[in-house]
Amino acid sequence: MSEDTRADPEALLRVAAREGRGRLKVYLGAAPGVGKTYKMLGDAATLRDDGADVVIGIVETHSRNETEAKAQGFTVIPRKEVAWQGGVLGEMDIDAILARHPALVLVDELAHTNAPGSRHDKRWQDVEEILAAGIDVWSTLNIQHLESLNDVVASFTKVRVRETLPDRLLDEAEIEIVDLPPDELIERLRHGKVYIPEEATRALGHFFSKSNLSALRELTLRRAAQTVDAQMLDYLRAHALAGSWAAGERLVVAVSELPGADGLVRATKRLADALRAPWTAVHIETPRSARLGPTDNARLAANLSLAAQLGAQVASVPGESAREGLKRFITDVRATQVILGKSTRSWWFELRHGSVVDRLVRETPGVAVHVLPLAEAPAPTDSPPRRPGRWGPPLGHAVSLALVAAVTLAGISVSAFGTVTNIALLYLLPVLFAATRYGLATGLVAGLASSLAYNFFFIPPTYTLTIQDPQNIISVLVLIGVAVVASSLAARVREQAMMAQHSARQNAALAGFARLLTAVRSNGELGQLLCAEVVRLFDARAVFLTLQGDTLALLAANPPEDSLQTLEHAAARWAFDHNLPAGRGSDTLTASEWLFHPIAAGGKVRAVVGLARPEAPAPLRPDQLPMLLSLFDQAGMALERIALEADMAVVTRLEERDRLRSALLASVSHDLRTPLTTIVATLAAMAPASDEQAVQLADARAEAERLQRFFANLLDIARIEAGSLRQATEPVDIADAVASAVHDLRRALAGRPIRLDVSPELPFVLVDPQLFHHCLINLIENAAKYGNPDSPITIAAHRGWQGLTLHVIDEGPGLPPGEETRVFDNFTRIAGSDRTGGTGLGLAIVRGFAEAMGLAVSAANRSDASGADFALHFDEAHLKRSAA
Amino acid sequence: MSATLLVVDDETAIRRLLAASLARVGYKAIEAGDARGALAALAIDKPALVLLDLGLPDRDGLELIPLLKAGGAAVLVISARDATEQKVAALDLGADDYVTKPFDSEEVLARIRTALRHRLAAATEAPLVEIGDVAIDLAARLVRKGGAEVHLTPKEYDLLAQLASHPGKVLTHAHLLRQVWGPGHEHDIEYLRVAARGIRKKVEDDPSRPLILRNEPGVGYRLVPREIPQADRSSREK
Repeated sequence: MSEDTRADPEALLRVAAREGRGRLKVYLGAAPGVGKTYKMLGDAATLRDDGADVVIGIVETHSRNETEAKAQGFTVIPRKEVAWQGGVLGEMDIDAILARHPALVLVDELAHTNAPGSRHDKRWQDVEEILAAGIDVWSTLNIQHLESLNDVVASFTKVRVRETLPDRLLDEAEIEIVDLPPDELIERLRHGKVYIPEEATRALGHFFSKSNLSALRELTLRRAAQTVDAQMLDYLRAHALAGSWAAGERLVVAVSELPGADGLVRATKRLADALRAPWTAVHIETPRSARLGPTDNARLAANLSLAAQLGAQVASVPGESAREGLKRFITDVRATQVILGKSTRSWWFELRHGSVVDRLVRETPGVAVHVLPLAEAPAPTDSPPRRPGRWGPPLGHAVSLALVAAVTLAGISVSAFGTVTNIALLYLLPVLFAATRYGLATGLVAGLASSLAYNFFFIPPTYTLTIQDPQNIISVLVLIGVAVVASSLAARVREQAMMAQHSARQNAALAGFARLLTAVRSNGELGQLLCAEVVRLFDARAVFLTLQGDTLALLAANPPEDSLQTLEHAAARWAFDHNLPAGRGSDTLTASEWLFHPIAAGGKVRAVVGLARPEAPAPLRPDQLPMLLSLFDQAGMALERIALEADMAVVTRLEERDRLRSALLASVSHDLRTPLTTIVATLAAMAPASDEQAVQLADARAEAERLQRFFANLLDIARIEAGSLRQATEPVDIADAVASAVHDLRRALAGRPIRLDVSPELPFVLVDPQLFHHCLINLIENAAKYGNPDSPITIAAHRGWQGLTLHVIDEGPGLPPGEETRVFDNFTRIAGSDRTGGTGLGLAIVRGFAEAMGLAVSAANRSDASGADFALHFDEAHLKRSAA
Repeated sequence: MSATLLVVDDETAIRRLLAASLARVGYKAIEAGDARGALAALAIDKPALVLLDLGLPDRDGLELIPLLKAGGAAVLVISARDATEQKVAALDLGADDYVTKPFDSEEVLARIRTALRHRLAAATEAPLVEIGDVAIDLAARLVRKGGAEVHLTPKEYDLLAQLASHPGKVLTHAHLLRQVWGPGHEHDIEYLRVAARGIRKKVEDDPSRPLILRNEPGVGYRLVPREIPQADRSSREK
């Protein structure tokens, strides 16, 4: 029960992540023309008229009069002109918006694709950056642009939109539905009130059929309701309110390079949303996937990044076969539902390999397995790459044929001495050798040659290729079968060995790098090392940048590089600031030739590494990413260590300084105290010869004692300012402490009446007894000094609403108005109070000690009579209720 | 009374001053400037009490305390080291009392008297300790105030008895907790505070101005025999 009502940390995180960011509001419509922009402008105008700082980032009015009228009166951020294929496109100027930093910016068409060369490919990425800067954004969206609904919409409208938007954006947004019944929309369309781009007119004619519009409208309403539900659930979970949600569901979708796997990912997203369950897209790296061609690899990467965009966790795990790897992964992540695509493989393939689905269902009980057809028409795949020696190397054939001949010769010479029955067994030798050494083809050649030779030389009738005895047919078949089995077993062993070698090479590279890192002492050294490693492992150019002051500086490069272009530098900076990759092959600033990856450790981005491979299509192949990230993880840890070492060096220097200061304090306190003690004690012991001498002695002694107090106070102040107050907190009875202080001051108080109002039932306070004692002494001395002579001093302690307060109250002139806080400053003495002979340090010591113990001090004038009221406040954390 | 007292301090001025004050009230005072001299004087003169400075040139004064105690002397530490840990360390090593510099001669004399008396009391195991109108009968485990029996809880009695068997001596928190609550409770100062409150409520005339059970901030408690306030009064009359 208590389990269920505890705040879900992930939900809390999601709610917290929204704090500090700008908020996104999306005007969601079923189709163009429902009036989203119009409604958005209207709402924004109301807000603007109330005094809010609202600007237009970009709004398409499509020259519609009503909309243009609504757009009047807003500040409009001028568009940025981007040259594109001879023309000029006006795109939203994100930098101008960030610089202007309004409270709210209106950004039409959230799913828009930016002109090439813009900072981000998509407008929603611009919006995310604006949100991250703490600016609220209102935007508009048509339902068919939503990633997860893309194929659903396409299935009934027959129009597939290219501009899509990740669902998570909508999940975090406030949604305002702009709804228009289909009949009215068709009416508006008929009156030319809906803007449709020229080139899309024909397609959209079909799009705007009544049945399509109804379906889209239903989809819109359902999707909006779902988002609101999810947000409500996050709220409920974050605040640990009891609610009902499906607990513990976890979905896994197996993603391959096959065309149509993207549909599988989208379907899983919908299922996960309906179940409100987390989901993971996993790719199993089998020996086969290591041989994929560039087209397949690109499609695999696209499928995985689609999953990531739709909010999935993405994993790539190795496995001997897809089934084995998937089975292990499902168990590891405790998945409850698995989504697989059913490829349209031939029945022959399944007969040989068994159906992956059937076996998975059998071997993972308790896991629901969903099987979806991989529907799309086969896209071009790379032709199966030729394995070296698919048809066997000529040398292999020659060697195996020679072996067959040798065996035949041996057989003939042996049979010359008598009949040998099992001469066929001899032929297993060349077949096994050829199959395991050179693969299936050579094995088959050897098998065929062996059976022919056996037949020709040994099977009666000898020296013909006819077979009379059916038993001998079996011998031939066995020889061929052995070749097939042995070669496939050997091939599998070879592949596993290759994979093991591959990962061993990677591990060795990482281990070697880690070993080198331990010796690194500066960021520059680390940069050199990392760049060299990137060059070696990825065959790419590498640069390493870290923050120096406020700017990113190029610390290392391999091959040497002096500086980066402006665009490159901007991409590096963006990667550093956002802790995301930027540049070529990423989502951001793709025009940059370099790809920049941040290196983070200890929750902080510490450096950026740039990679470039001018001759290759991308700086990095998708399968190289995990290796690169492990490399960066290690580099990140090393950077963190270097930073810590630097901090430590500073701390050590400070500690050394503090140690010296303490030593000085100790020696000064001893060297001054001893002579003063002698002087005071000697003066006290002297017997005056006359009354005049008695007065002089008394004066001398009083002055010496004052000097003593002054030095004691100076030492206390020095200790406070050196921060070298050592504390031993323990429960202290306030009544005890007050009694001790009053006792120690009995001579200074000289019969001054002390009124005590300290209940013996108060809770104990948690303080350092010695420091607290000194606070009390100084406060009481202060009251005695500044109060009227012979007036009573009141010491009162009361339990308050929050904690406990101890007052030391005098009767006297009180504090000059406005000086209440200044009295705690060093060397502050109240004007015209020189006669008291104080050092002006007593109250500063009180404040220093009190603050060191975590107590608050305050001074005020009494409200009931003339006089000052000094108070020490103990909050609840400083109280300990007695156990008795 | 002509008890022999040893003054150990490396500062000649202080040593001379203390010796002079002691001689004035009738004690026989001998002086030592370092640890070696102190140990020699301990063997030869058998002083009843040692006034010990902790900062000695040849050895840390703290190390001397057990040796001096073993030699049968009471030890009164007079030091410029005013850190609580130093006081606690000295007291736990067996010092009878602790006065920080700058000191008041009258106060030192009063402490000397208490320590000497305590030394005698420890020798005779006095079963009855009287402080004003409060009588603690250690043999009968009874406490009376103004003739009427005071009902203490067992822990309150044990605590008071501990203090009463060393009248005038500061007993550290850790020592009291170990003796009364047992080993392992050395840090449960709260127990001590609660019991002290209970004792004061039943024994003191005005629990908020305790005259009998006194707190030494951060160090421990002491039971104040009547003599110290008397000494104060007499010093003021002079």
